[in-house]
Parts: sequence; C-alpha cells; structure tokens
Amino acid sequence: MLNYIWFGMMFIGVVVGTYTGNIDAVTQAAIDMAKVAVNLAIGLIGIMALWLGIMKIAEESGLIRIIAKGLRPLTIRLFPDVPEDHPAIGSIVLNMAANILGLGNAATPLGLKAMEELQELNPNKETATNAMAMFLALNTSSVQLILPATVVALMGSYSSQIFITTIIATAMSTVAAVVAVKFLEKRKRFTIIDGSQS
Amino acid sequence: MIGLFVGSFNEFSKYIIPFLLVGIPFYGLVFKKVKVYESFVEGAKDGFTIAVRIIPYLVAILVAIGMFRASGALDLSLNFLSPVLTLIGFPPENLPLALMRPLSGSGSLGLLTDLINVHGPDSLIAKIGATMFGSTETTFYVLAVYFGSVGVRKTRHALAAGLFADAVGVLSAVYICQFIFG
Repeated sequence: MLNYIWFGMMFIGVVVGTYTGNIDAVTQAAIDMAKVAVNLAIGLIGIMALWLGIMKIAEESGLIRIIAKGLRPLTIRLFPDVPEDHPAIGSIVLNMAANILGLGNAATPLGLKAMEELQELNPNKETATNAMAMFLALNTSSVQLILPATVVALMGSYSSQIFITTIIATAMSTVAAVVAVKFLEKRKRFTIIDGSQS
Repeated sequence: MIGLFVGSFNEFSKYIIPFLLVGIPFYGLVFKKVKVYESFVEGAKDGFTIAVRIIPYLVAILVAIGMFRASGALDLSLNFLSPVLTLIGFPPENLPLALMRPLSGSGSLGLLTDLINVHGPDSLIAKIGATMFGSTETTFYVLAVYFGSVGVRKTRHALAAGLFADAVGVLSAVYICQFIFG
C-alpha cells in the first residue's frame, strides 16, 4: 500500500504540476524536501541520545519493569504476541505515556526503541508484525491530555473549550485504531507470507 | 472552571521533562546504586545510529509529499471533494487541514494558523480545526520513520489502520464541535 501511495503522490505531483504550470515548484520541492529530511534526522541525533541515555538509566534501575508490570493487564490484550517480561512492553508503555502528556520530543526516541525491541521478536525482519502495527496505530491516534503548545498559543483563551473536544475526538480515533488493527490483521491480503517472498 | 483546569494542566506540563531528567537518575543513583553517568553514555550511543538509519526513509516520504503539495494537487482535490463533504455536514474550510494533517506537521500547522487568523479563535471553524489538529497525527511521517528505523519494508495493515483512525479523528472533531459549539 505504501508503494502505491508513495509513487502515486509523486506521479500526481508531476502530472498536476505540468498541467498547472507549477512544475518548477515541484522540482524545487523535491530538492528542498530531500534536504529537510536530512536536517530533521541530524537534528534528531541530540534528542535521541538524551532520551535513550535517560532510558538506559531507567532500565538499569528497574523503573521500566515496574511501570510495565503495572500496565500488564492492558498491554497483554493489545500485544498478545509480546512475552510478558520483554523490554518492548516497557518502551511501548513509556512512549504512550509521553504521547498522552504531549511530550513529542521524548515520545520519538522511546517509540524508536520500542520498534527495535519489537523487531527482535520478529521472525520476518522486513515484514511488520501485528504488535508493530498495533503500536503504530496507538501511537498515531494517541489520546492527548495536554494540548500541543502551538494550539494553545493560537487559540488563546479558547483553548479550554478545545481541551474537551480534543480528548473526546482522540479517544474515538484511538478506539477506531485498535478495532481497525484487530480487524485488518486477520484479513487475507494482510497476512504474513513467510519465507522468501519478493 | 475548565479554563482554570486546562491552565494549570499546561502549566504543570512544563515541569514534566525537567522532572524526568532529574528524577530518573536520582532514583537509579540513590535507590539502586546504578552508575548513572556510564549508563547514560551507553544508552545515548544508540541515538546516532538510529537517527542516521532513518534518513533514506525520511527522504523518500518527504520528497513525495513535497512534490504532491507543490504541484497544486491538494487544492485540486479540494475542489473535487467539497460538494460531497458539504453533503455530510463537513465544513469545506476544514478540508485542507484534514487532508494535510497525515502528510505534514508543519504544513498542517500553517493551515491551522491561517484558519484561526481568518475566522477568529471563537469561530466554529477554528475550534473544529484546532480539535482536528490535536486529535490526529502525521501518520505517513511516523510510519516511515518508525518502520524505517528497523528496516521493515512490508508494512501490512499499519497504514490502512492509521489512516482509518485519522479519518475517525477528523470526523469526530467535526461532529463533536458542531454538537457542543454549534
């Protein structure tokens, strides 16, 4: 699916750009965004190092195990394939907590760590597991208790009204994400074809 | 009442990160005798490799999004979709934001800023827009980066589920705001 969407966006971009006379802008966007991508990744190095360093301390002092254990009743239902004592559960839980609290900077390194640990359990290194899909769906639809600072800045005193509507809307999308993942993972076109598929 | 609650919540939120930065090493050092400095450096080493590993995936996804946006294809799809959306009660003004949100964080923030400036923060359109912004994510970016970091190329149902959740978030934002503020 990502293959078609990726190609489709570029293809439509070129076709529409030719038609509307924006083709120069399309070229420029391609070049600019390639640079933006690298700058983003480079900018991430410091933040990643900071949070992964702190996480290592949390791990070695047993904090993560305590948190993961507390939330086990919930995570065992969402991630039945991940063993109870696996470190991935700890990272997943902390990433979700960071998302709920609106800590985007902390959420990304924790999330990437969770993916790495989920990958250890993956027999098929190039194919996503059910647990990965569930984790990402929860991640992108995450309930957010604290509004993004940018929204508060823009909405001013009206932020308090948005607070409630955001929580309800994001709770709906989280439920939708869980239902969609559980439903889709059993569909034929999404089943894992193991061995040497092309 | 709610205003006060939200205010103190967002006030409180700025202490979370400093607290974690100090609290976690404190717990490790004082209660568990962890060599916190060595552990930190050990963990931080991974930061570089992960950040570098996601570069190709970021380039791929951001270039495609950039080309799509710059061509004017987004505006075109808006003209196409707005009659259908009016039919289900979706305000056409909020459509660009809804379409941009899964693609680009900075792009959708720009659109939200524009919506609020044009219609005012007290308008229904601004409230719907802000709710939408807060309740959805840049799904393409997150998927590309997260899967990219571990080298997963076959993403199976993750994108479909993520986009479905986004659609539910967007529609919920519209109907909840219309119900509460409309």
